[in-house]
Amino acid sequence: MSGPTRGAGEVILALERISLAFGGVKALTDISFDVREHEIRAIIGPNGAGKSSMLNVINGVYRPQEGTITFRGAVRRDMNSHDVAKNGIARTFQNIALFRGMSVLDNIMTGRNLKMRAGILEQAIWIGRARREELANRLKVEEVIDFLEIQHIRKTPVGRLPYGLQKRVELARALAAEPTLLLLDEPMAGMNVEEKQDMCRFILDVNEQYGTTIVLIEHDMGVVMDICDRVVVLDYGKKIGDGTPDEVRASKTVIDAYLGVAH
Amino acid sequence: MDDVQDTFPRLLLQHARVRPEHPATREKDLGIWQTWSWREVADEVRALACGLAAHGFTRGMHLAIVGDNRPRLYWAMVAAQALGGVPVPMYQDAPAVDFVYVLNDAAIAYAIVEDQEQVDKLLESRAEVPTLAHIFYDDPRGLRHYEGVTAYDRLVEDGRAFDRAHPGWYEAEVAKGRSDDVSVMLYTSGTTGRPKGVRASHAAFIAAARGGCEFDRLDASDSVLSYLPMAWVGDHLFSVAQWLVAGFTINCPESGDTVLTDLREIGPTYYFAPPRVFENLLTQVTIRMEDAGALKRWLYRHFMAVARRCGAEILGGKPVSMADRLHYALGNWLVYGPLRNVLGMSRIRVAYTAGAAIGPDLFRFYRSIGINLKQLYGQTETCAYACLQPDGDVKLDAVGIPAPGVELKITAGGEVLVRGPMLLTEYYNRPDATAESIDAEGYFHTGDAGFLDDSGQLKIIDRAKDVGRLASGAMFAPNYIENKLKFFAHIKEAVAFGDGRDRVCAFVNIDMGSVGNWAERRGLAYSGYTDLAAKPEVYALVRECIEKTNAELAHEGELAQSQVHRFLILHKELDPDDEELTRTRKVRRGFVADKYAVLVDALYAGRDVQHIETLVRFEDGRSRMVAADIVIADAKTYPALSGKAA
Repeated sequence: MSGPTRGAGEVILALERISLAFGGVKALTDISFDVREHEIRAIIGPNGAGKSSMLNVINGVYRPQEGTITFRGAVRRDMNSHDVAKNGIARTFQNIALFRGMSVLDNIMTGRNLKMRAGILEQAIWIGRARREELANRLKVEEVIDFLEIQHIRKTPVGRLPYGLQKRVELARALAAEPTLLLLDEPMAGMNVEEKQDMCRFILDVNEQYGTTIVLIEHDMGVVMDICDRVVVLDYGKKIGDGTPDEVRASKTVIDAYLGVAH
Repeated sequence: MDDVQDTFPRLLLQHARVRPEHPATREKDLGIWQTWSWREVADEVRALACGLAAHGFTRGMHLAIVGDNRPRLYWAMVAAQALGGVPVPMYQDAPAVDFVYVLNDAAIAYAIVEDQEQVDKLLESRAEVPTLAHIFYDDPRGLRHYEGVTAYDRLVEDGRAFDRAHPGWYEAEVAKGRSDDVSVMLYTSGTTGRPKGVRASHAAFIAAARGGCEFDRLDASDSVLSYLPMAWVGDHLFSVAQWLVAGFTINCPESGDTVLTDLREIGPTYYFAPPRVFENLLTQVTIRMEDAGALKRWLYRHFMAVARRCGAEILGGKPVSMADRLHYALGNWLVYGPLRNVLGMSRIRVAYTAGAAIGPDLFRFYRSIGINLKQLYGQTETCAYACLQPDGDVKLDAVGIPAPGVELKITAGGEVLVRGPMLLTEYYNRPDATAESIDAEGYFHTGDAGFLDDSGQLKIIDRAKDVGRLASGAMFAPNYIENKLKFFAHIKEAVAFGDGRDRVCAFVNIDMGSVGNWAERRGLAYSGYTDLAAKPEVYALVRECIEKTNAELAHEGELAQSQVHRFLILHKELDPDDEELTRTRKVRRGFVADKYAVLVDALYAGRDVQHIETLVRFEDGRSRMVAADIVIADAKTYPALSGKAA
């Protein structure tokens, strides 16, 4: 029906001339791009192109040797993981990082960790603020569970779930933090066609319903071209393309480097 | 109580007066059971009805209702009835193309649907349905940018404004309703030909509901789980008609996937499920028991043997020795009680199954662990109300005695006829079909072949028109054979051929859950249904089932000739999306025979393998050709042992 109707918002995240090296290995070289509010921004590129490194820079896991990051007007040399989370950035991981022995519900509740103010003692004896907070947080978590349609596995330990559902639980945990910027590291890797379709629908729904800005890394070109507004293409740590899916698809450099058309 | 209420909207108002704070509807939402009292439901229905009126809905119009079992959709039915309109519930899992026929046939202008999925399907059909002008939706998710559709909340708001501006209007509308007005239009599943709209009056459904409630002593304290398709007559009887007659509580599950958990949390006292649901539950129990520790497995096996021996007799109030009673009591404490609890059936007083034949092992299993599972018989045309089994006289192979108010008669040809207040008013726009099925004396022709046994219970053999003859002249009842085959856990569907032929052959669908688990246990690797179905080991497994069936048939007089000589396992599961099954999952035998004519020919030509290409339609509407070489196998048959009926 009506397709995504996201308008191009303000620039909320700008990366300028980022370079990152591990010893002699240059992971990222002189990369600049920006992310606008409410858009779905994809980072694509062949294996080892530096996509995950890029996400880790945004997320504060890696500190780039050069360049600046401007997030919501504040210019910094690097990001700090804790600040990142506090500033409303949440992420999922390429290799699922959930607590396998814990239930789906408990896993998603951990996404609310930063919203809890009550101290250990209050929580232990379950009174006053701790109780009110837990109820409010549980309500938010239930909304996310409803949103991602995982009610039937609420009490199931994550380790017992199939891969596709685990991916969905990870997205749920990220959403529970009510992020304004959501980073997804290969959300559709290893999924079958149906699971991919579901995941696409959820990503679009999150974007539309909550207005969440999304930066995602993805291998599946079909998916990327279908759901995102703008694409950054990386190859060997360098940016070789940036624009709408159509522009990127038409770019000779990108075709040569990545899409691999016979010539 | 002032007087006997004779329409559903008036029944609702009466409950709101008599038991205003008693829970009428529950729904699990955001992980918590939300409750609406009768007063709140009456208030909501009032606002909804006024809202529909404000949007131009008037007497005699049809209101399409599409979605899973949501309280608001049930309320919408009563709201439409309050205005003298007719709710038309539709199967929510049907693709848009299937919607078109019903929408056009019923000339639908108004629809209330659950969510974006259903809105999309309606919008897709709208090109071919010129009348469809008003679409209302319950769940707003994903619908923000849609144009020309209205939110349920908005509808209710408009209704409250309308109500304020027109005091007394709603009461006057409800008072206009007459008990012989049509209360609902339910479409038949269409085993043959196009679905027909069955129009039933308030009086018919109220008579059926009252009869059932008296028969099983149901009252306001009962509780049911509403999880079966709203378009199905059974759900309409249990979750709408009996709900409004008895005043009990209906509980809507959180989603289709959570039904088992919700069942356990609610612990209904009155339960209805087609055999396939009971079968799935038992399969899960069996699989989980096989994974349990040795002691638990031993306990389970030991006490289930005790239950098989005397459980059903104890439940039926038959004489049982003291030793067995004690043994059973111990088993009840150790195994049956906990098992009932896990199944969510601890509080069940009455459970019914209908819609298809239930397997003897299955039926006996539930009764033996103390669940009062009974059978009933009825059609869409009779408000699912014709025969019921009384407590204490429950049989496996019969469907009960005529229900209160029902007259039953068997024609010389063996067809079952019924008459009573629960009969349909007419088929919508099909006077020919109405005249054909209701005779001059007012009897409805069910189309089922059956007979009354010694104790006066009705036994159904097959659909009258399906009963054929083998070339030898012996009776051939395909359903009867198919049901026998489907009673095996490994066989999900079967289609038997034999009318006018010299012998019987069959198609089989294996049960993925059961056979998949069996294969895993034996370390048999497979990639999917098609692969598993073609394994020689699986063929051997199915052959064993068929030969057991043949051995049984050999004892059954004339039916001994109907033993299955050859069979094949289909490369795909029969599916309603491919029109091979009806939406209520009954095999459309004629369609299947035409579609797979190559395979039928191969069965009778004595070939060992046959190549076939089939178009498969996926859930998202795409389709693809699937090709396979299907192996055809022979099964052993047994000489007829005459004179002994099984």
